[in-house]
Amino acid sequence: MKDTRLLLILSGGCVLAGLAGLLVDGFPLAALFAGDETAHLLLIELRLPRIALGFLVGAALGLSGAALQGYFRNPLADPGVVGVSASAGMGAVAALYFGFSTLSALVLPVMAIAGAASGGSALLFIAGRGATATSLILSGVAVGALANAMVALAMNFSPNPWALSEIAYWLMGSLRNTSWTEVQIALPLIAAGVAILLTTARDLDSLSIGEDGARALGVNLRDLQIRLIAGTALAVGAAVAVAGAIGFVGLVVPHLIRPLVQHEPARLLMPSALGGGALLMTADAATRLISGDGVPLYLGVMTAILGVPFFFHLIRQTGRLAP
Amino acid sequence: MTARFELDNVDCRYGARTAFETGKLSIAVGELTAIAGPNGAGKSTLIKTLAGLVTPVHGEVRLDGVALQRFADRERARRIAYLPADSRLAWPLIAIRVVELGRYPFLKPLHGFTEEDGELIKEAVQRAGADGLTERRFDELSSGEKARILLARALATNAGTLLLDEPGAALDPRHQLAVMKVLKAEAGRGVCTVFAGHSLELVSRFADRVLVMDQGRIIADGPPQEALSPYVLSDVFGLDAPRGITPPDWALA
Repeated sequence: MKDTRLLLILSGGCVLAGLAGLLVDGFPLAALFAGDETAHLLLIELRLPRIALGFLVGAALGLSGAALQGYFRNPLADPGVVGVSASAGMGAVAALYFGFSTLSALVLPVMAIAGAASGGSALLFIAGRGATATSLILSGVAVGALANAMVALAMNFSPNPWALSEIAYWLMGSLRNTSWTEVQIALPLIAAGVAILLTTARDLDSLSIGEDGARALGVNLRDLQIRLIAGTALAVGAAVAVAGAIGFVGLVVPHLIRPLVQHEPARLLMPSALGGGALLMTADAATRLISGDGVPLYLGVMTAILGVPFFFHLIRQTGRLAP
Repeated sequence: MTARFELDNVDCRYGARTAFETGKLSIAVGELTAIAGPNGAGKSTLIKTLAGLVTPVHGEVRLDGVALQRFADRERARRIAYLPADSRLAWPLIAIRVVELGRYPFLKPLHGFTEEDGELIKEAVQRAGADGLTERRFDELSSGEKARILLARALATNAGTLLLDEPGAALDPRHQLAVMKVLKAEAGRGVCTVFAGHSLELVSRFADRVLVMDQGRIIADGPPQEALSPYVLSDVFGLDAPRGITPPDWALA
């Protein structure tokens, strides 16, 4: 393993970020060691699932971003930027709006995944393969705009203000009120998505020399697209279903890690998953640290504030390099 | 000589426009075949058809007697190395990583490169004259150096067939000559080598056989002096050359 050290360091970062999430916001550490029952419950039932879910969602977003960037050969691809997250949100809101989500706990994530898959397919269809930065972003804007319009439509017709605010807050993205149930739902779906995305590693490497070159190296592009969409839809759909729309993790993390793996698309995948997990756990701990009483700061808002400057920087940089 | 490729009434189209068509055409093992012709003549389409990247609407392409479509993607990739005309790389990789891509069709899932892969990669780097470039970043190499690395990538596959789309484009005469010498050596090793090229001087000097194309058809086919006759030169290329093309005699200093 070439990147053992990098992966160990990132795992260490995840542990630290997890600890930060555990201890931030006045955790009664002394009481826990004294054997206090409440402190124990707080740890097991509230803090741990939130940290676990933060890691899973971050890993899903980081890895999806890295895989999308490898496929599009474009550092601007990110599930949020290219509209896949918004499409997952559309699926989830449809489940909430039509009341399907009360049928079973699985309906919401399944519909979010279906939404993400349709958004991803639409993106591939519009942008085409080997999309330039411009066509990729424009296609993403189109896909995202349609998804957001559908969400707005649902909110328009929402039966009562309570449902409206429910949807609005959920869309902002948050890990609040996380229990082990959310982790149980997200874990298998995200794990499946991650496993599928990891199979694309070598094909993404081959794509570095262009589409014809990759095909001549035995890459079946259609097969690769199906794996890319399925993996992204599972990972991002499940992440959005349990945590709402959290943007820019898939943009920032691969960008930071890419120089550490000599820009190799395949080697970028695993570290991006770990880095995404670490970043999201850190961001979540930070939102709790900054939030005052009764004024919760939303995680999706936080990652957007952190991520947008990166996005600007990348646009300027790629504008200079590529058409 | 044994035929590597046999084409039978092949017709390739982009939309309604025919990009390349031919009756019977066969390309032999161990020959250096050049495809010449003006821009838009269909040279790239012919190369891509041989590489299995363009599927003809009609007709059949056979590789070693078997229809090209019947090969699995990876199996085809092991038998045919293809060098696209586009020499850009999406990411600024270390050059040796690019060469290593040539071994990807042979990699088993979850396994790294074998000792044999390593040997073939090293050998390909030497044959392409890319020693000393391998640890540098691809985007920091000059065009000539990039061409060597990409050529080494194609050689690393160690395939029986080598297809190159304008391998000498954008290179200075010295680098063009170096590339041609590598191709000649490959053909000498028994590799079926086909390249599309613009430099008629180099084509006439090195190729064993020239296919002259114009508007999607093969207009002339034969040894360079025959195929690049004054008639063809004026008709296809719009060049006035009463004595034909004279191969240059300059060499690497």
